[in-house]
Amino acid sequence: MLDRGPILLANARIIDPSRDLNIVGDLLIADGVIREAKRGIGAAGVPEGTNVVDCRGKLIAPGLIDMRAFIGEPGAGHRESFASASQAAAAGGVTTIICQPDTSPVIDNPATVDFVMRRARDTAIVRVHPMAAITKGLEGSEMTEMGLLKAAGAVAFSDGEKSVTNAQVMRRSLTYARDFDALIVHQTEDPDLIGDGVMNEGEFAARLGLVGIPKAAETVMLERDIRLVGLTGGRYHAASITCADSLAVLERAKEAGLNVSASASINHVTLNENDIGPYRTFLKLAPPLRAENDRKALVAAVGSGLIDVVMSDHNPQDVEVKRLPFAEAAAGAIGLETMLAAGLRLAHSGEIELPTLLRAMSTRPAELLGLPGGTLKSGAPADVIVVDTEVPWVVDPTELKSKCKNTPFDEARMLGRVVRTIVAGRTVYEYV
Amino acid sequence: MTIASSSSFVLSQRHLLGIEGLSREDIVGLLDLGEEFVALNRQVEKKRTSLRGRTQVNLFFEVSTRTQASFELAGKRLGADVMNMSASSSSMRKGETLIDTAITLNAMHPDILVVRHQSSGAVALLASKLDCSVINAGDGAHEHPTQALLDALTIRRNKGRIEGLLVAICGDILHSRVARSNIILLNQMGARVRVIAPSTLLPAGIERFGVEVARDMREGLADADIVMMLRLQRERMNGSYVPSVSEYFHYWGLDEKKLSYAKPDAMVMHPGPMNRGVEIDSIVADGVQSLIREQVEMGVAIRMAVLEALSRKLPNA
Repeated sequence: MLDRGPILLANARIIDPSRDLNIVGDLLIADGVIREAKRGIGAAGVPEGTNVVDCRGKLIAPGLIDMRAFIGEPGAGHRESFASASQAAAAGGVTTIICQPDTSPVIDNPATVDFVMRRARDTAIVRVHPMAAITKGLEGSEMTEMGLLKAAGAVAFSDGEKSVTNAQVMRRSLTYARDFDALIVHQTEDPDLIGDGVMNEGEFAARLGLVGIPKAAETVMLERDIRLVGLTGGRYHAASITCADSLAVLERAKEAGLNVSASASINHVTLNENDIGPYRTFLKLAPPLRAENDRKALVAAVGSGLIDVVMSDHNPQDVEVKRLPFAEAAAGAIGLETMLAAGLRLAHSGEIELPTLLRAMSTRPAELLGLPGGTLKSGAPADVIVVDTEVPWVVDPTELKSKCKNTPFDEARMLGRVVRTIVAGRTVYEYV
Repeated sequence: MTIASSSSFVLSQRHLLGIEGLSREDIVGLLDLGEEFVALNRQVEKKRTSLRGRTQVNLFFEVSTRTQASFELAGKRLGADVMNMSASSSSMRKGETLIDTAITLNAMHPDILVVRHQSSGAVALLASKLDCSVINAGDGAHEHPTQALLDALTIRRNKGRIEGLLVAICGDILHSRVARSNIILLNQMGARVRVIAPSTLLPAGIERFGVEVARDMREGLADADIVMMLRLQRERMNGSYVPSVSEYFHYWGLDEKKLSYAKPDAMVMHPGPMNRGVEIDSIVADGVQSLIREQVEMGVAIRMAVLEALSRKLPNA
């Protein structure tokens, strides 16, 4: 399964969102890079020793770059290790994981960045890049060594699930980051407005007797951040947008020419608050699932590019923190392995064009983070996935590769799955 | 032996509250006068009598070693009676307002008051309530005129001119009165000024001060004749304005490598006190390109020049 020579992926539908390419043809990979993607490479002859794979019309796309995943290492390897996360990622078509800094210890100094990168290199089968913390210890008061952290390999700065509530700290961080052209990725949730809230505020929460989280918890913080981006000229990414109100804020910021981009999680574009049903804690997320009209608005925003990135928000939580009354249960869901399949639902139902979805999961994250992937151009790293978009399957948590099984798509019927994942020219996953 | 001052220079104003408002002639006059005192200070007999009978009060609300000592020595060498008052021993500690302190002092008939205060504009406020001449020895983040003058004298003695030189001022521009006074003076004298700092340590609107702005030392130090380093206060080092000492030194601290980006004959200055290993490396601070010790010497001379020039405008002078 682990091939070292050239690979020809023949007779495939090739979609490269980085250059609006959508053709039927072949893709040749050698020496870890993409040689070319076009019609008739196989017929013209390939280098000796090439592993020719007949794709029979299956889809080829750039490997996915998941811009937001929480991995347990260091500190909580029992929830997820780089090894287990990367197995899940490979099975889900994710060839690059961007891991979050809220680990123990926090990724807030160059030595920890170095540790994470070495550990991932030694144990993971896909690429892993860390985001480093915006503030030391994620405490929201003192900014980190962004220059040295970026030089050590941090691709962006984020306080993970925490918001930087002190506007002065946020202002200075945006200002300082600008000198290093560093991207500030921020979870826009006002903790005071969240209060004791555990799900979207509204009728459904009221009927369940649960404390709601207003959409304003998100929009208030987002509005503040946008003002600070205008003040500082920093480069800013809203980490997880969930509602239509926020989209209006984002749209104004982008129209004003501010250097602003945004992500939405696969959960928020495919699920809504009603999916929580009878207190299903695997659908307790932070930020929470919103109403159906919010979900629809998010999908439309992914379609228009207003939302730049769709990410997994992969957050492994084990049984003892999930099998609890809803209000007491931990928030978060795994997603590396199901992100693409869940996204394909939207493509199959016609809610979104497939190349647009793939762009939001590969090309855009690469552009924002300055990574060389997310493209099938000649010379690009050979991070490639082969997808059978028509194979039906049912999500069985016991078969998922994550150490934790807290999937919101438990028993869900999917149409389409990754059948081969190639990282740096080597097949790291094959579905047979 | 006494050197008689050949200069008949008189300052155009009664106080020295800032470089702002000084003409080019004022600055050149003070530098020329300062030059005479450099010679005087190198003699065995350093005493002059031009301030004999005058009372000089040094009122320091903010701690200072070199500036206060420098003013004290300058006044004494010119024959004045010098009294030092510091905030820790004054009634300010007991809650007296600045204006009341001024009224009290005024009643004692000082001739020259040298004031340092932590609040911008405080020295001008005092001056408006007093009959004597007032010298600003540093007010908040506003001005430190005698520092800019001594820097100018140091530059002129080493480079033979100020006009046309490229002076790079590096570090905490945001909080620095030294930077503000120097920018005004150097612009007035026709030098090119460039400031280099992380964006968090640059004040809003700095580009309208008549300076070039750089965030990176390599780009900022290119072609510099003078590299003027600023002190970074400890409380600003750990995450509030810059993340850490090690990151600050890595990107903005002056070491031999970064100094090599400037002209080969570039000179290094620092108003003191230095944080070695924060904004400046010891090898550079003590190296052949350093003018830091000479700045201290010029400090006494230029303060004598300022006292002398102001005394010529005092009543009954």
